[in-house]
Amino acid sequence: MSTLEVKNLSFSYGGPRMIIQDINLKIEKPGLYCILGPNGVGKSTLIKCLNKINSPTKGSVLIDGQDLTGMTNKDVSKLVGYVPVGGNDMFSMPVMDAILIGRYTQQKWKTTSEDLAIVARTMKLLGISSLAMHGYNELSAGQHQKVAIARGIVQEAPILLLDEPTANLDVRYQVYIAELLKGLSRMAKMTIIMISHDLNITAKYADEIIMMAPPGIIYKIGTPEEIITEDTIREVYGVDCEIVKDSDGKPHTILGSALWIDE
Amino acid sequence: MTDSTSLVNKYLTEWMKKDDTEDFSDIEKSYGHYVWRKWAFMVGCIIVAVVVIGLSLTIGTYKISFLETYQVIWDHITGNIQDVTKDDVIFNLRMPRILAGILAGAGLAVAGACMQSTLKNPLADPFTTGVSSGASLGATIAIILGISIGGMGVVSNAFIFALIPTAMMVAISRMKSASPTMMIMAGIAIMYLFGAITTVLKMWSDPEDLKSLYMWEVGSLGLATWEGVAVMTPVVILGVIAIQLLSRQLNVMATGDDNAKALGVDANKMRTICMVAVAFIAATIVSFTGMIGFVGLVCPHVVRIVIGADNRHLVPASAVFGIALLLTADLIGRTILAPTIIQVGVITAFLGGPMFLWLLLRNKSKVWG
Repeated sequence: MSTLEVKNLSFSYGGPRMIIQDINLKIEKPGLYCILGPNGVGKSTLIKCLNKINSPTKGSVLIDGQDLTGMTNKDVSKLVGYVPVGGNDMFSMPVMDAILIGRYTQQKWKTTSEDLAIVARTMKLLGISSLAMHGYNELSAGQHQKVAIARGIVQEAPILLLDEPTANLDVRYQVYIAELLKGLSRMAKMTIIMISHDLNITAKYADEIIMMAPPGIIYKIGTPEEIITEDTIREVYGVDCEIVKDSDGKPHTILGSALWIDE
Repeated sequence: MTDSTSLVNKYLTEWMKKDDTEDFSDIEKSYGHYVWRKWAFMVGCIIVAVVVIGLSLTIGTYKISFLETYQVIWDHITGNIQDVTKDDVIFNLRMPRILAGILAGAGLAVAGACMQSTLKNPLADPFTTGVSSGASLGATIAIILGISIGGMGVVSNAFIFALIPTAMMVAISRMKSASPTMMIMAGIAIMYLFGAITTVLKMWSDPEDLKSLYMWEVGSLGLATWEGVAVMTPVVILGVIAIQLLSRQLNVMATGDDNAKALGVDANKMRTICMVAVAFIAATIVSFTGMIGFVGLVCPHVVRIVIGADNRHLVPASAVFGIALLLTADLIGRTILAPTIIQVGVITAFLGGPMFLWLLLRNKSKVWG
């Protein structure tokens, strides 16, 4: 397991406007941490700062006490896996090769039987073994999503960042992937940070929720019970709702009406 | 309600075992077969190339048989020359053409594969960064205005001017972190600018100069000399080796710039390195053979359809397929209407175009997107 600390982090894409501002965060134990918040609030920007895709404009990100600024991207990739949002267009290659790309940091020139075994095991874990030798470009958006998640898992990093991993998935796999990520955090002692727009899946599976709000700040951090409240949803998302308890005692959101839209 | 986490726990427990007791032999076998197919394709291309080289060396006014050709080459290599005339015909008249074909075929196909992978665009080729427009302007200045920079006429002018668009694009990408699309658009803008200057110069030229320029623009291996081969060889070999060494990074770039960075590959830096390597390869080849199109665009696609897009294998396979295609096209061009020679660029398009269309229509999987 690894610890992650974010200190006074701000980031801008070069202009005067800070996309995220003065973010402070400390994750000291494995678990499933979900980032919630409206569109454009800086969720993706934040997780891209956690693995040095974005270099902070101000502040710092530390993994196991070491500042990412002093590390190469390759060193960071050994500590932090990443699953970007959505699939991507690429030249046709078998699914196996598309997932093997995630082994770049560990792999030497030749693909070893160890590489093939971890990829084969992970494909089985995600229910895509039958697609191993299918062309990547023949797959649906949901299958692309599973390939992207598999590519992130085979990195075998102690921290895994996922940007909307349940997007494009059917309801069975939305639930399965959420359970899988929770299971990985428990059984493999991984720190998993995922962005989501699904309040109910987040409330059901997250150990902690990081709620972001305009203008790129952390509104509140806490357990699902502390964060998923009618007041918070109304204030951050601008939606009327009713919160009930599900069979596990977790908050379940029944959505009402949108209260405003952005100008 | 059933315990929904039991399914995940079962699969996760299996996933975490890592004790190699689980049998993935089917997947390993399929993957092994797929890798074997790649090597078989490369060996097939090498065999075709070797046969075509032998045939090409027999073609000409001085008759030398197919098997005799290999004997003469062997005698020359071992220093035991039996027939000086045949040795002279093969090594001084015919060999530069063949070697130029090998270098141009391998260099252009690998450069095309590299550009398509780095720019993530199926329409990219070695000339996407404006190498062809630059070389064309350089040749036009040498032929029409008689101005030579570097003292080697068309060759040095074409080489120097071919590198200018790439230098401009590298400067642009350093000023602003450029996406692949922006790079391509910048290349098109530069291409039109250089094309406009070339057109103005052509308007002032006489018909003889225009004819020379046209012959150069069509591209031919017949322009090759030993001096040219001596210059092309190190540039193409080093360029191809460099791209081969970067092939794993090219694979990572296929997943997008952000994901590449998350895996430790700086996509912008890689694009610049690849563009410079491709520019040197393409500029060197174009300087000595003129503009041989099609090979750099289509060879990598044909190879991808057959063996997939893993650049570790795509790069060498494109090289051998490029050699086989270009030498075969040159052989056909020299024999089909002999003694009239049809330029190799025309034959590669006639040969490769239908082949590419057939593969596209026959193949069930999409090549791109």
